[in-house]
Amino acid sequence: MPDGAEQVMTEKEEQQKVHVFEAWCKKCGICVAFCPTKALTSDKDGLPVLTYPEKCTQCGMCELRCPDFAIAVRPKEPKETKKESK
Amino acid sequence: MNQDTKNIARGELLQGNEACARGAITAGVRFFAGYPITPSTEIAEYLARNLPKVGGKFIQMEDELASMAAIIGASLTGTKAMTATSGPGFSLMQENIGYAYMAEVPCVVVDVQRGGPSTGLPTKISQSDTMQARWGTHGDYYSIALAPSSVEECFTSTIQAVNLSEKYRTPVIVLMDEVIGHMREKVNLPDPKQIKIIDREKPTVPPDWYQHFEINPHFVSPMASFGEGYRFNVTGLTHDPFGFPTGQPKEIADKLDKLKNKIMHHADDIIQVRDELMENANMAVFAYGAAARAARQAVRMARQKRIKVGLIQPLTIWPFPDTYLKSVLEQLDLILVVELNQGQLVLEVERVSCGKAMVKSLNRYDGELITPEQIFNRIKEVR
Amino acid sequence: MEIYSEITHKYLRTKKRFPNVWCAGCGIGIALGAIIRAIDKLSLDRNEVVMVSGIGCSSRMPVYVDFNTLHTTHGRALAFATGVKLAKPSMKVIVITGDGDALAIGGNHFIHACRRNINITTILINNRIYGMTGGQYSPATPFMKFGTTAPYGNRERDFDIPMLAQTAGAPFVARGTVYHVVQLQKLVEAAIVKKGFSLVEVISQCHTLYGRLNKEGGAVEMMTWQKEHAVPIEAAKNLPPEKLKDKLLTGILWNVDIPEYCEEYDKIIAETKEVN
Repeated sequence: MPDGAEQVMTEKEEQQKVHVFEAWCKKCGICVAFCPTKALTSDKDGLPVLTYPEKCTQCGMCELRCPDFAIAVRPKEPKETKKESK
Repeated sequence: MNQDTKNIARGELLQGNEACARGAITAGVRFFAGYPITPSTEIAEYLARNLPKVGGKFIQMEDELASMAAIIGASLTGTKAMTATSGPGFSLMQENIGYAYMAEVPCVVVDVQRGGPSTGLPTKISQSDTMQARWGTHGDYYSIALAPSSVEECFTSTIQAVNLSEKYRTPVIVLMDEVIGHMREKVNLPDPKQIKIIDREKPTVPPDWYQHFEINPHFVSPMASFGEGYRFNVTGLTHDPFGFPTGQPKEIADKLDKLKNKIMHHADDIIQVRDELMENANMAVFAYGAAARAARQAVRMARQKRIKVGLIQPLTIWPFPDTYLKSVLEQLDLILVVELNQGQLVLEVERVSCGKAMVKSLNRYDGELITPEQIFNRIKEVR
Repeated sequence: MEIYSEITHKYLRTKKRFPNVWCAGCGIGIALGAIIRAIDKLSLDRNEVVMVSGIGCSSRMPVYVDFNTLHTTHGRALAFATGVKLAKPSMKVIVITGDGDALAIGGNHFIHACRRNINITTILINNRIYGMTGGQYSPATPFMKFGTTAPYGNRERDFDIPMLAQTAGAPFVARGTVYHVVQLQKLVEAAIVKKGFSLVEVISQCHTLYGRLNKEGGAVEMMTWQKEHAVPIEAAKNLPPEKLKDKLLTGILWNVDIPEYCEEYDKIIAETKEVN
């Protein structure tokens, strides 16, 4: 990777931006309804799924608004800083 | 020497309420929350002046419910706490007294009784909160209530109340009354250095293994305080040994059995009875609190007339002294119960006597203290 | 597969059963998350935190978290909390209460706690109803809204809670909503840091009862209402009155400095303490 470039995620890593603890999820729909980029949708049982992982900015709002602490967002990687080339 | 011990050494004329407050400080009480009500207010005023001098805290809360709540909160931080009131305030406190029973929080509630029901007689005597001290709040629970009959006993009973509350992790009620609370007597108070002070048992396990309501063979759970590293839950909901609310039948029954056994298994340690002139008595006068003062005199007067009567004075009225009474029933065929109410503790005497001895009563409930002559006349009448 | 953990997970009691007891979509859990994150952000020692609650849905909060927790009688949380704080001022006392618990049966304790200015942080979850007992109206239910004991429309006015607290003497009064959860966390942080009695009113949804009885929809609809009706006080200053009609002001609504009760009492002790 050239110096100063952002890490690009693999598809697998994109899917893993969000983790749902299904046993704790009550399928209230709050996380899906208020996702700013509509990256989450509800599956047939009502559980949230990261259907559009490329849209997920890891803003964390789903995690903050979940009343059951059932959805966790991977913290954003710190961007690599541009190094002065000598 | 501090002010307390200086005065005690001189044999000071002391008021009952003041003796109660001094007993509290001597026993280690360092938190008082209360609301003014006649005839208990002097206890609050004394503690307002003197608690800060020993680093303690006094607060006048907005009502009696809040006062009872505040002393429970304080006790949970490890601070010995007390409140004082009279009948109407005692009624208000019942909600949170029940909480203290359920949550097993040590604290002392002093009820300086006056005429009731309702606003009643603010400046006159009665003993009509006797049953309320046992059954005032809803549910199944077991009470400890002490009934001092002199200014000196106000001091020692309050210390004993604090000790019992710590030893058994329970609220303890001190039933004084308007006469005992407001009278002044010259007292011989014990030297504070000679007085045994009991502190609650602390846990000996690490925090993750701590059960705030542990059920063990002696039914008293060690008690951590807030802020010591044991992070436990306290609730008025019926709970498991960890303090979490439960709906499991076995856990519910276990908890209520524990509240019962905690007190009743240790009844012998808790109960104190004083008797006088019982050696060859075939009759006893049974009296507590202020009534016992007049009864003592009446019994001595009767003995002068060769009536074989003795005095039974329970210093502890709850738990009721079943064992003591059963032991003297062998020799008695008549018990005269003297009360300043329409007959409350007499029901317990009848229960225990179970027909073995005849039980008679003498009741005065017009706001005046019963006299030795009244009791003496009744002794002659029933003998 | 990686599993991520929330900050909240570090503070939940592992002995408790989850998911929590509240209805799916109830705002109380959202408020709890904000409170936990505020405590974490401030690096409070969990051994020093005492969470005190009364009775009601909101008051079920403390049992879930790994602090010193005290679940008391209906309306009396502030009185218990006063005893805890005065006896041991080093404890960080946080009271969790609801609109019925704090303002009806607890009303007297509420106004006196404000007036007394003891350093307690009070989080009042306002869902405008008595949820635990099945949906009766509360002192925070607006005029003509429905509850099971107001089947023809409530004829009582509701409290303006921040104004009540401010008038009673509280030096710090704030309002947030569970929709605006980022702001809510900041308000809770500020309230905890504030020396003196601080109140945060949290607008939350009881869609199960209030929402159904008043046809205001489910959790998402009621939170959307919060989103559309909350106006931060800084923005409200620049808006004409007609734009503020039917809106809720949020943010720190009142913040002054008044001598705090425990500190004042410590002065009494310092002045009177006898040297033996």
